[in-house]
Amino acid sequence: MSVLVVVECDNGEVKKSSLEVASYGSQVAQMLGTTATAVAVGEATEANLAHLGEQGISKVLYDAEPRLKDFVNGAYTKLIAAAAEKEQAQVIVLANSNIGASVGSRLSVRLKASLATNVVELPKTDGGKFTVKRGAYSGKAFADVVLSGDRKIIAVKKNSIEALHNAGQTAPVESFSAQLSDADFADAPKQVVMQDQAGGILLPEADKVVSGGRGMKGPENWNLIEDLAKALGAATACSKPVSDVDWRPHHEHVGQTGITVSPNLYIACGISGAIQHLAGVNSSKVIVVINKDPEAPFFKAADYGIVGDVFDVLPKLTQAVKELG
Amino acid sequence: MKFLVCISNVPDTTTKITFTPDNKEFNKAGVQFVINPWDEYALTRAIELKEQQGGGTVTVLNVGEADTEPNIRKALAIGADDAIRVNAFPKDAFFVAEQIANAAKDGGYDVILMGKESIDYNGFQVHGMVGEMLGIPTVAPAMKLDMNGTTATLEREIEGGKEIVEVQTPFVASCQQPMCEPRIPNMRGIMTARTKPLKVVEAVGEPARTEVAEYALPPKKQGVKLIPAENAGELIKLLRNEAKVI
Repeated sequence: MSVLVVVECDNGEVKKSSLEVASYGSQVAQMLGTTATAVAVGEATEANLAHLGEQGISKVLYDAEPRLKDFVNGAYTKLIAAAAEKEQAQVIVLANSNIGASVGSRLSVRLKASLATNVVELPKTDGGKFTVKRGAYSGKAFADVVLSGDRKIIAVKKNSIEALHNAGQTAPVESFSAQLSDADFADAPKQVVMQDQAGGILLPEADKVVSGGRGMKGPENWNLIEDLAKALGAATACSKPVSDVDWRPHHEHVGQTGITVSPNLYIACGISGAIQHLAGVNSSKVIVVINKDPEAPFFKAADYGIVGDVFDVLPKLTQAVKELG
Repeated sequence: MKFLVCISNVPDTTTKITFTPDNKEFNKAGVQFVINPWDEYALTRAIELKEQQGGGTVTVLNVGEADTEPNIRKALAIGADDAIRVNAFPKDAFFVAEQIANAAKDGGYDVILMGKESIDYNGFQVHGMVGEMLGIPTVAPAMKLDMNGTTATLEREIEGGKEIVEVQTPFVASCQQPMCEPRIPNMRGIMTARTKPLKVVEAVGEPARTEVAEYALPPKKQGVKLIPAENAGELIKLLRNEAKVI
């Protein structure tokens, strides 16, 4: 019996969300009196994987097959299932990412496991039941879900668990092969196209987000959003009306039918706060709203607010961040 | 080509969420239900592809009790040819996936489409489960879908970009923006939808693997702290020293 953690890597680095997942998995292992093994997917280096010891991981399995660099659903599912069998894993923990949810749902059928996605807290094991808290109704509510199967798969929402950092701890990295065949790569991507991200920060991974709405008046004014985001080390985002009129790309659309984010800081600029937008951001730790309309509904969900013109306020904020040094 | 489009019946996106007094169930009182917005992309794209090919069928499937039929009729009015309702409350993703896989096996569908997730459960699970149950590829979430004979080319969203994926039928894809512009029913569609076949079948398979013990609303915010616009820089100091987020 053990806990298996699925760690996603990109360009040799372990993703921030996977550090959170590793920390979640090692804490679950501690609760269950066992150890947590990681299986790494994507492009990884042994040195970076070894650092997963800092998150409490006991051992890392890594298949260096080059075709696993990019996500392939069939191959990733087979690899992780093989690792789960090798480790006799009762609990498998992944990120609630496009990769984690895609693989997790296939794995749940293959391994006859109960699956919970969008999980925001460590499990409770009172009274012999295994219960996790997950976001529901697009962030407007939470659900305590009992996982009834002998095996459980948990996909952890980004930014909901603090990553552990036990400096100096390292984990041995073991070579691992799932004996993948060409058939396992039938759904391999023909091409991978990366899009420009302001400041190089990916929105789903960001712990700070600066977002603009129709109050920005047009795409030509987005430099004000980007300047503040760059100064803060934040990702940029937008409301649905903005992406609908193509001021910004769809992958920046945050809300009920866009990306749901839960950063530590969400700054909404010229966004009135329709219920569908709030649903996508209201699990952010701190919400800041800047709007010239004091009646904008977003102020009711905000922690800090400025009633004012975004064109005056944003340069002042950017300047103030730069002065912090 | 035979398309199967799976739709969920969900609370309207503007709904204020409340629960029954024991917090065990969603409070439906006074709530309007709609076709899950993500599923509208799947439905419209299936209809567009059928029209491009000049033939084929689009079947909609819903796992739900009788009160979901108005939205199934709406899907028929938008352009689906026929419908299946699996007469059961959608207990969890696994249960729903089993119903879809069962219908797909019987129906010999080439393409199974659905939304990325439902806006109530937000599981993002059903597509993968169906693909695994049927032993066919899953592409999720897909932003673009084109067909050339039995070969499909899809754009799949990844963090920071997209992948171009080619798969052969049969396959499952979950859909999201900007796949197409969802259609609304016209008067002719509404009239013809009344006579299109809607088959009701009973559920099959195993019981659910998960159970909601309790729902809860997020804790209420303390209230906004307003900073004068002329002194906007003060906000940054508060975010560092008080909120400790920068």
